[in-house]
Amino acid sequence: MAISRIKTSSVLQGFPKSRSLLAGNAAFNPITNSYESIATVTVGSGGTSSVSFSSIPSTYKHLQIRWIARSSYNSAGNIISMFTRLNGSTSDYSWHYMNGDGASLSTGAATNAGSILISYLPANGYESGMFGTGVIDILDYANTNKYKTVKSIGGCDTNNTGSEKGILSYTSGNLRSLNAVSSITFACASDLSSGLTQYTTFSLYGIK
Amino acid sequence: MAITYEKIATATTSAGNTSITLSSIPSTYTDLVLIINGTNSQPSDLRMRFNSNTSSIYSTTIIYGFTSSGSSSRESNQTSFYGAFQTDRSTIITNINNYANTNTYKTALTRFNSVGNFLSVFGQLWRSTSAIDSITCYVTSGSYNAGVTFSLYGILKA
Repeated sequence: MAISRIKTSSVLQGFPKSRSLLAGNAAFNPITNSYESIATVTVGSGGTSSVSFSSIPSTYKHLQIRWIARSSYNSAGNIISMFTRLNGSTSDYSWHYMNGDGASLSTGAATNAGSILISYLPANGYESGMFGTGVIDILDYANTNKYKTVKSIGGCDTNNTGSEKGILSYTSGNLRSLNAVSSITFACASDLSSGLTQYTTFSLYGIK
Repeated sequence: MAITYEKIATATTSAGNTSITLSSIPSTYTDLVLIINGTNSQPSDLRMRFNSNTSSIYSTTIIYGFTSSGSSSRESNQTSFYGAFQTDRSTIITNINNYANTNTYKTALTRFNSVGNFLSVFGQLWRSTSAIDSITCYVTSGSYNAGVTFSLYGILKA
């Protein structure tokens, strides 16, 4: 049976026939998955010096990273800062934070820095099983007309143990570069020189 | 392609409910996101438990801000997580990353916002390596008003 296209013009033209099921209509391709998993890194036995994502496609609108992590720094009492670098850049960052340590709020900032502060992790001397957690968003990461902005919420709680007992933080940072983000690296210390333990997991998602 | 961000369960309260449990959570996802929206009959704590566990292994670090001030506080060795629920419309978003990882304790990150009251963030630790298979949320004062919604989503990594 031939296929007819139902439009006013078709009626006026006496229902022209088509061999295609589309009958001259545009195909409808619904987006069924706007939030896609790009890659996941889970640190194995022995830990790692850093966690990185590379070759990030520029086809999404935004990126989100969801993580749990523990510092490999051997201390039973310190909460360790975790930082990030984009595209391997070691300069042109600025950032600010609001922290709560269970007793008071504090705020701070850095300019012309070598990385962006993300959050805080328990050091490797805390009770086994204690990890920090957080969610990081990089909006418009592939827009070559804008500098790149990172926002993060995260931290850790140590059940009131250790000399530093856990820190919760909001942080936001900026890389003064118009380049699309194609790689992201996480590690501890502002020069990313301190590592992460086994079971640390970072999952990278793309949002369309 | 498998769905990455998927609704697992929803629940809606009737007036007078004081506790909601989302159970039989499959361990097949990577992270969970719980979204709660509604109002309580009176200002209350909203406490949260995993796996109906009542051991004193819950602890929370808190940042909170009122109209003109803010601070931080902490709870340790509790039988549930601390949260809040108000008479004004309240929204709670809880992220539980790696909820089924049996090598780590479970950590959660909760954001609370209440129109006309305050906002806060909770960093929560449940010192158990068990996979989370249920979440219970209960109020300690008054009761949930009708129509409070609890929506649980699973996020699946590659």
